Amino acid sequence: MSPRKYLLQNVAPYGGARTSVLLADGVIAAMGADVSDDEATIVDGRGLVLLPGLVDLHTHLREPGREDAETIRTGTRAAAMGGFTAVHAMANTTPTQDTAGVVEQVWRLGREAGWADVHPIGAVTVGLEGERLAELGAMADSQAQVRVFSDDGKCVHDPVLMRRALEYVKAFDGVVAQHAQEPRLTENAQMHEGVVSAELGLAGWPAVAEEAIIARDVLLAEHVGSRLHVCHLSTAGSVEIIRWAKSRGIDVTAEVTPHHLILTDELARGYDPTFKVNPPLRTQRDVEAVRAGLADGTIDIVATDHAPHTREDKDCEWAAAAFGMTGLETALSVVQETMVDTGRLTWADVARVLSETPAKIGRVSDHGRPIAVGEPANLVLVDPDVRRVVNPDEQATKSGNSPFRGRELSGCVVATFLRGRATVLDGASCDEDVVVRR
Amino acid sequence: MSSALPDKMPDARPDETSSDQQPADATVVLGGQEISRALTRIAHEILERNKGGSDVVLLGIPTRGLPLARRLAAKLAAVEPTLQAADLVGSLDVTMYRDDLAHHPTRTIGSTDLPGDGLDGKVVVLVDDVLFSGRTIRAALDAISDLGRPRAVQLAALVDRGHRELPIRADFVGKNLPTSTHERVRVLLEETDGRDAVLIEGGAR
Amino acid sequence: MKHLLSAADLSHKQAVRILDTAGQMAATQAREIKKLPTLRGRTVVNLFFEDSTRTRISFETAAKRLSADVINFSAKGSSVSKGESLKDTALTLQAMGADAVVIRHHASGAPHTLAHSGWTHGAVVNAGDGMHQHPTQALLDAYTLRRHLTGAGDPSGRDLAGLRVAIVGDVLHSRVARSNVQLLHTLGADVTLVAPPTLVPVGVDAWPAEVSYDLDAAIDTKPDAIMMLRVQRERMSSAGGGFFPSPLEYTRNYGLDARRLAAMPEHAIVLHPGPMNRGLEISAEAADSPRAVIVEQVANGVAVRMAVLYLLLSGSGATTETNETKVDA
Repeated sequence: MSPRKYLLQNVAPYGGARTSVLLADGVIAAMGADVSDDEATIVDGRGLVLLPGLVDLHTHLREPGREDAETIRTGTRAAAMGGFTAVHAMANTTPTQDTAGVVEQVWRLGREAGWADVHPIGAVTVGLEGERLAELGAMADSQAQVRVFSDDGKCVHDPVLMRRALEYVKAFDGVVAQHAQEPRLTENAQMHEGVVSAELGLAGWPAVAEEAIIARDVLLAEHVGSRLHVCHLSTAGSVEIIRWAKSRGIDVTAEVTPHHLILTDELARGYDPTFKVNPPLRTQRDVEAVRAGLADGTIDIVATDHAPHTREDKDCEWAAAAFGMTGLETALSVVQETMVDTGRLTWADVARVLSETPAKIGRVSDHGRPIAVGEPANLVLVDPDVRRVVNPDEQATKSGNSPFRGRELSGCVVATFLRGRATVLDGASCDEDVVVRR
Repeated sequence: MSSALPDKMPDARPDETSSDQQPADATVVLGGQEISRALTRIAHEILERNKGGSDVVLLGIPTRGLPLARRLAAKLAAVEPTLQAADLVGSLDVTMYRDDLAHHPTRTIGSTDLPGDGLDGKVVVLVDDVLFSGRTIRAALDAISDLGRPRAVQLAALVDRGHRELPIRADFVGKNLPTSTHERVRVLLEETDGRDAVLIEGGAR
Repeated sequence: MKHLLSAADLSHKQAVRILDTAGQMAATQAREIKKLPTLRGRTVVNLFFEDSTRTRISFETAAKRLSADVINFSAKGSSVSKGESLKDTALTLQAMGADAVVIRHHASGAPHTLAHSGWTHGAVVNAGDGMHQHPTQALLDAYTLRRHLTGAGDPSGRDLAGLRVAIVGDVLHSRVARSNVQLLHTLGADVTLVAPPTLVPVGVDAWPAEVSYDLDAAIDTKPDAIMMLRVQRERMSSAGGGFFPSPLEYTRNYGLDARRLAAMPEHAIVLHPGPMNRGLEISAEAADSPRAVIVEQVANGVAVRMAVLYLLLSGSGATTETNETKVDA
C-alpha cells in the first residue's frame, strides 16, 4: 500500500498567514493557497495553527523494567497525542541505559512502535551510581547515536566526575544534561523547603540545592569549554544563574517543565502525592521567574519530564509515594495557557521552545525543521480555541498521575504527522487497524 | 455514622433562649403562681413522705431540673429550720448514660455535683421539669448506681405528660398533663428563661 | 468537622468546648467508678505505626472508660512495607467496623490521607503524624495550662487569653510544637519558640509566634509556662545531621535546670510531652520540682481523649447543637 498523501488546507504555519500544505513521500511536497492533489486525503485546517512536530528532550518511557507504569509503545503513543514527533528517553530504566546494547534496544522498540522517534539518552555513570563514567563513546557510536547523556533522577554530584563527563562528550558533540540536586542538602526531602513545608512537617528541598549545582556546573563548563544542559530548572535563583552564565558566553542551555510553569507548592497542602515531584513545585515567585526566563530566552526549551507511575506508587501517604507527574499530553496546552494566551510567547516562539531548539540541543537533524517545501513532514496541527477538561483516565499514557485532572486547559492537538504519516487525526490516535477519518 | 465536632457551640451555661420564643400556637397551662404553689405542695409531700428532710438529697437533672431542685430545697429549709438548703441540693448530669445519643446532635455534658456527704444511705429525690418517656430517669438511675448506694430513690417532676416507655413513675407531681405525642411541652423558668410558665405547643403537625 | 487531624482545624469555640468537655470527663475520673456507658457498642481502633506505649495506653484508657471496644493494631515490624500497608490496613479495619481510627504514623499527612481516601468511614483521630501535628497533645497541654493559670474555680468557658508560653527545644522536627503554636494562638496565648537556629524551620516567620535563640533572655520576660520539647540524642551527631555539636552544649544553652527554673515567676509551671531525657533538655531537679506538671499532663491526657472520642462519636452527625430541646424526659 503506498503511503497516504495529506493535503492540509487552510492552515496557519506558526499562527501566521493561512495556506495549504501537501505532505507526500514523507516530506512537505508543496505549500501555497492553490495547492491541490486528487490523491491526497484532505484535512480541513479551519485556520488551525501548524507547527513543526514537537520534540521532547526529557521523557521517561519506563521500558525496560517498569512496563507496569508505561511502555515505549504507550509512551510514544501519548507523545503523539501531545503533538510530539520525537522524544528523548531518559536512562533510569532497569537495566540502566548505560551500554550500547540497552540503548539500541530502546531505539529499536521505538522504531517498531512507530508513534514517535525515540532517541535514548545515555547514562553518564554506570548504573547511575555516580562512581564511574559509562561507555559514553560506545553509546554515541551505536545505532541509537546517543548525543544526550544524563543521570536524571540523580545528580552527578561528584565535581571531578562531572568535569570528566563534560570533557569527554566533546569528542562526539555530546551534551551532559544535569539533574541539579545536591544530595546532602536534600536527604529524604519531600517538597520545596519554605513556609508550606514548615507547616506541613515535610522535609524540605531547598532551592539552594539546585542553584549551587548549576552554579558549579556552568563554571566547570566554562573552564573546560563544553556545552552543558540543565534539566527541569525550577527556581528564580537558577534562572538568574543561567542568565549570568549566558552573559559570560558560557554554552549552557536550560529546560523548564510545564508543571513548573503553572503549579506551586501550595498544592502539597492536602498531602495528595499527585503533586509530589522532583524537583518539587516551588513558590509563585519562582513560577513568575521561570515564565519570564522562558519568555526572554534565558530558558531555552520546555521539556515535559513525563514521569508515569502506577497507582500503587501514588495511592498512599506522601512520604511513601514516588516522585513524578505525567505530561506529554498536556504540555502544549499548558504552554499555551501560561505563555501564549498571556501574550508572552508567539506560536513561532512555541515552535522554537518545543521543537526547534530541543532538536538542536539533542542534535536531531530531521525534527524541529522549518515548515518549508522539502523538509521532513514532521508536523502538528493545533486548535488553540478549544477548552478541554483534562481526564487522565482517557489519556493514552498508561498512568493516571496527571496534576491537571479535572482542570480546564487551552488548546488541543488535532493532528500529528510523523514523516508524512498521520499518528493522530481528528484528535484521536491512529491505530493501524482503525480506519483513518477524513 | 460518626458525629461532627459541632461547629455551632452552645454556651456552657444553661440556655439563654428568651421567652420570646413562644410561638403563636402555644398554650400556657401553668402560670408563675401555679408553678409556685405546685412546688410548695411537692416540698411538703417530700417532707411528709420522708418523715422530715434529714436524709434527703435533691438531685436536679440539668438543665431545668436544677433550678427546680434549688427552689424545692429553699422551701424545705423554710419549713424545717434544721435543714440548710445548700446542703440538700446537687446536680446530676445524665448525658453520658443516655441511650439515644446517636439519634441527636452531640450534647453538651453538664456538671454532676453531689452534696458533701455523697449519696450513700440517703434518700435521693430526682428532680426534673418534664416526665415523658422515662428514659432520662432510667439514665439517671444508672448514673446514681455508679455514684453511690442511696437508701431509696424517688422522683419529683413538675409536669407528667404521660406516654411512658419504661416502667417508671413519679412520686411527686406538680401537674398531670395529658398530651398527644405530637405536642411539645415546654417549661420556662425565671432562672433560665426569664419567666415561669409551662407551655404546650404544636398539636396536629 | 468529622475528624481531628490538626490543631489548625479547631476554632476558638471548638477548642474551648473540647476543654470544657474534658473537664466534665476529668470529674468522672475522680469517682470510684470511672467507667461510663456512653460509647457502648462503638469500636475504636488504635492504629499505631510508630512505637508509643504511653499515647496508645492513654487512648485505650479513654475509650475503655467510655465503654467502647478497643482494637489495638501495631504495625511495627518487617512485614510492613511502604505505602500499601496503610491502604490495605485501613480497608481491613473498615471491614471490621471501626467507628473511629486513632492513628499514629511516621509520615506527615498519613491521617489526612486516611481520612480523605475513602478507605475508612469512621472518624480519624491524629495521634501524631511525622513532624506535622499531635492535636490531642496540644489540647491536653492547653487543658493543663487552663487549670493552673486562669484563676480559681471552674474554668469552663475560659480560654488562655493573655498567657505567655515559652516552647523550648527541637522545633524543626516537633509535631508537638506545631500543634501547640496553633492551638495556643487560637486560645489567645502568646507563644515564644526558643531553639538553636539549626532546629528552627525555614518558614517559621509565618507562624504566630516569636522566635528566640536565647533561653535565658526568654525566661527574663517572665513567661507563665515553659514547655520543654524532647530532643533526640541522635540529632546531636554529624551522622544524625549534626544539628548540634554535642549534648553538653545543648544542655548548657537550652536545658532547663534548677537555676533557670528559679528565675521563672513563682506561679509559672513546667510542661513536657514526654518521654523526658533527664539531664539533656530538662534536669532531674526541674523535672521533679513541684512546678512541673508532667505527671498531671498524663492524667489530663485521658480526660482530653475521652472528650475527643465523645465529641466525635456520640452524636448523630448533625452540626447544630440542640441540647436544650429535650425530646424525651
